[in-house]
Amino acid sequence: MTPATHDAGLRNLLSVRDLDAAAAVRILDLAEDMAEVATREVPKLPALRGRTVANLFFEDSTRTRLSFEAAAKRLSADVITFSAKGSSVSKGESLKDTAQTIAAMGVDAVVLRHSASGAARVLADSGWIDAAVVNAGDGTHEHPTQGLLDAFAMRKRRHADASRGRDLAGLRVTIVGDILHSRVARSNVWLLHTLGAEVHLVAPRTLLPAGVGAWPVTTSSDLDAAIADEPDVLMMLRIQSERMHAAYFPHEREYSRQWGLTDERFGRLPAGTMVMHPGPMNRGLEISAKAADSDASVILDQVTSGVSIRMAVLYLVLSGAAAGA
Amino acid sequence: MLTRTVLQQADITRALSRIAHEILESNRGGADLVLLGIPTRGVMLAERIGRVLDELEPGSGTVGALDVTMYRDDLRGKPTRTPQPTRVPPGGIDGKTVVLVDDVLYSGRTIRAALDALNDLGRPRAVRLAVLVDRGHRELPIRADFVGKNLPTAMAERINVTLRELDGEDAVTIVGRHSAEETR
Amino acid sequence: MSVLITGAALPDGSVTDLRIDGGVIVEVGAGLSAAKATRIDADGLRALPGLVDLHTHLREPGFEQSETVLTGSRAAAAGGYTAVHAMANTSPVQDTAGVVEQVQSLGEQHGYVTVRPVGAVTVGLAGERLSEIGAMARSRAGVRVFSDDGKCVHDALLMRRALEYVSGFDGVVAQHAQEPRLTEGAQLNEGVVSAELGLAGWPAVAEEAIIARDVLLAEAADARLHICHVSTAGSAELVRWAKARGVRVTAEVTPHHLLLTEDAARGYDARFKVNPPLRRDEDVQALRAALADGTIDVVATDHAPHPIESKECAWQEASFGMVGLESALSIVQQTMVDTGLLDWAGVARVMSRVPAEIGRLAGYDAPFSVGSPAHLTLYDPAVSAPFDVGRLRGLSVNSPYLGRELPGRVIATLHRGVPTVLDGELRDPEEVARG
Repeated sequence: MTPATHDAGLRNLLSVRDLDAAAAVRILDLAEDMAEVATREVPKLPALRGRTVANLFFEDSTRTRLSFEAAAKRLSADVITFSAKGSSVSKGESLKDTAQTIAAMGVDAVVLRHSASGAARVLADSGWIDAAVVNAGDGTHEHPTQGLLDAFAMRKRRHADASRGRDLAGLRVTIVGDILHSRVARSNVWLLHTLGAEVHLVAPRTLLPAGVGAWPVTTSSDLDAAIADEPDVLMMLRIQSERMHAAYFPHEREYSRQWGLTDERFGRLPAGTMVMHPGPMNRGLEISAKAADSDASVILDQVTSGVSIRMAVLYLVLSGAAAGA
Repeated sequence: MLTRTVLQQADITRALSRIAHEILESNRGGADLVLLGIPTRGVMLAERIGRVLDELEPGSGTVGALDVTMYRDDLRGKPTRTPQPTRVPPGGIDGKTVVLVDDVLYSGRTIRAALDALNDLGRPRAVRLAVLVDRGHRELPIRADFVGKNLPTAMAERINVTLRELDGEDAVTIVGRHSAEETR
Repeated sequence: MSVLITGAALPDGSVTDLRIDGGVIVEVGAGLSAAKATRIDADGLRALPGLVDLHTHLREPGFEQSETVLTGSRAAAAGGYTAVHAMANTSPVQDTAGVVEQVQSLGEQHGYVTVRPVGAVTVGLAGERLSEIGAMARSRAGVRVFSDDGKCVHDALLMRRALEYVSGFDGVVAQHAQEPRLTEGAQLNEGVVSAELGLAGWPAVAEEAIIARDVLLAEAADARLHICHVSTAGSAELVRWAKARGVRVTAEVTPHHLLLTEDAARGYDARFKVNPPLRRDEDVQALRAALADGTIDVVATDHAPHPIESKECAWQEASFGMVGLESALSIVQQTMVDTGLLDWAGVARVMSRVPAEIGRLAGYDAPFSVGSPAHLTLYDPAVSAPFDVGRLRGLSVNSPYLGRELPGRVIATLHRGVPTVLDGELRDPEEVARG
């Protein structure tokens, strides 16, 4: 008999800050195995047969929801999807009531997307439900699976088939845009730091959080200087035009001129720099079409990696005694 | 606790060599043969058998790895198992004779999982099973085609396989138990 | 009703007996005796003048599922209070003589504490037109404290007029200092923790800018100004500066701002969500120092009851506020007395005499003197116990201290000579109402 490798699973995935480097690398490695499944004749594993995953989306996000759905189904779990649109949530039903209703249907894991920061933590700590909780984006706090898939895509581009077991030591990552309101930025900052990467943030002062000085990053508001510094990865964040009404910046053209990845700036990037964007993109605003569609872009890799990462996470929270079976 | 060595390095080498010969014999040569080891030690054993096959008939020792973790029937209620990589040789398994290789055959549940995993990878012409040790106590209708050594054991005993590649030395030992509560 | 208290340690440390009759203190000294009196053995207990809260939300009328005048009065008595100032953000708002008189008479009817209604500065707290301040001042409720608390009187002109107008009635405007544009959607002190948690920041300057403006307005108007729940080191500094200039400004700090910091928000437990938000440890230390040196005049609870469902939810969906009447004295002991920053005479000053002065509430200027109204509380500072839900005597349980070990316990409270708390237990409403 083969002595299997026994490790603790994950009880929940609420924040990338709950992961140390070993745990993060383990998820990335597991995602490598999951990615390989997609290439098989039957791209499906029976591991979560009989388990039910509830996608609880209080905030609309088709791409994240579909990615989690695909991940759960590839692991043979049953999926219940609950979207805010047209449901009682839009009539003010609370997180507690909705979660308890879903839990009463016999759910093993809840994938929660919510507009309130900390919603996943509140649900996991509340005792309202027994199910594992996976944070699929909570307000402007975190989006852990996005951070993981970004790290996965970076590692894959950097180390290709030799990725397994590796962290991101020495990788120089520059993240540009609305850091203040970005859960993707937060998850990336903490996770990349944990994995040994150096993170630089570029944004207008108005879009950097007041407490950013305590983060393990360097900051500036000069994108040209950051490009001249030849980063390994340049991640452009989505900018929402309603921000200009709250006086974060004057108007779109000014933003694009100062902080957009224009064709001209793209031309100045070193050949090996990866261009990333968590999507959905505002082409022509924070990123030019040419940059988005170039070979340097790993944006589609990010989408593919998403399913593999989410399979790995669902497997870890749902298999094993840790899941409270 | 009582430990008793039942196979030493030379015994293991001899057993694997014999298995290699038997495989060639039953397959009527080395054509379309794929050895898939079940991680962790099954993969090492498959590689060793593969080297013997290559010596006997060059090119016949095609070896890969088949992880069965996600196909196990005991994922619930046990600590989370970390899957190991599956490696299918470039030629795939469709139409091939696949020989599954594992270190110890016991309840048969690992092999059941392996057959399911194989099913998702393709359609072999035939599937055979080679094990270093068969210790009995089957819980499923599964038997090995090639056996290094049959070792009748008590449920309370434990079989330890150590291999050079991983553990520094080759040996199969039986560890007796004072209590019978641990059965595998 | 006659009460004899024996062996109580007064705030100054002297030990004495007290005899109370007809609602006033009739005898002070050693070895007192009285036939047929209710006897309270106060050996080892600290006698404090009845506590006066300048900042209580009683929620009635309008939000009786959170608190009523009766339940809030009981919570107050359990915390050692004999008078509370009931904030104006009820429904209907306390912006007319009719509403304030109703609240006042509910308080009188129940008798646990003196309920002093606070009048709204502006109609409906809308910040647009002055409410009928004169009518409220001259009503039977005799309102002297005016506040739009919960909302800031942010219009500078309106604030100037309010200060001037209120001063004509010997009143005070109690400002909730919160610049509204700087705090749109704000959830938590702006800084390291808010950045990490992804909660919209509530900058210190949003409070300090209003305080800076208002002390200048008060100076120009030569009017009394009171600053509610000062929460930052900068605010304390501004009040210190204004007092040095001779501005007639007073300020309060809440018990929670003397103890808790923004770090409490890390688990997104909405019990720690409060307005103004919990700040940094530097702020907590500066507030303690300012209270000790008299820059901050009083401790006020900002007792803000909320139903369970407004706290059992995601942080940004939760209501602001915590209940505080039952725990205030324990927190003040822990943060100010046990740290050596304030003695018990100081506690009596910041929790009884000065808040009564600010609210123009008579009967608190000479406690423990023969002839003074018998408003007092007997407190055991030597005990320590986990603060549990049984200690909460109001309708709501949104206390940030549940499960926390807190020192001290109120053993007895007397309001106008009537025990509202005896042997550490609240007395029944009928007994208290009978007097």
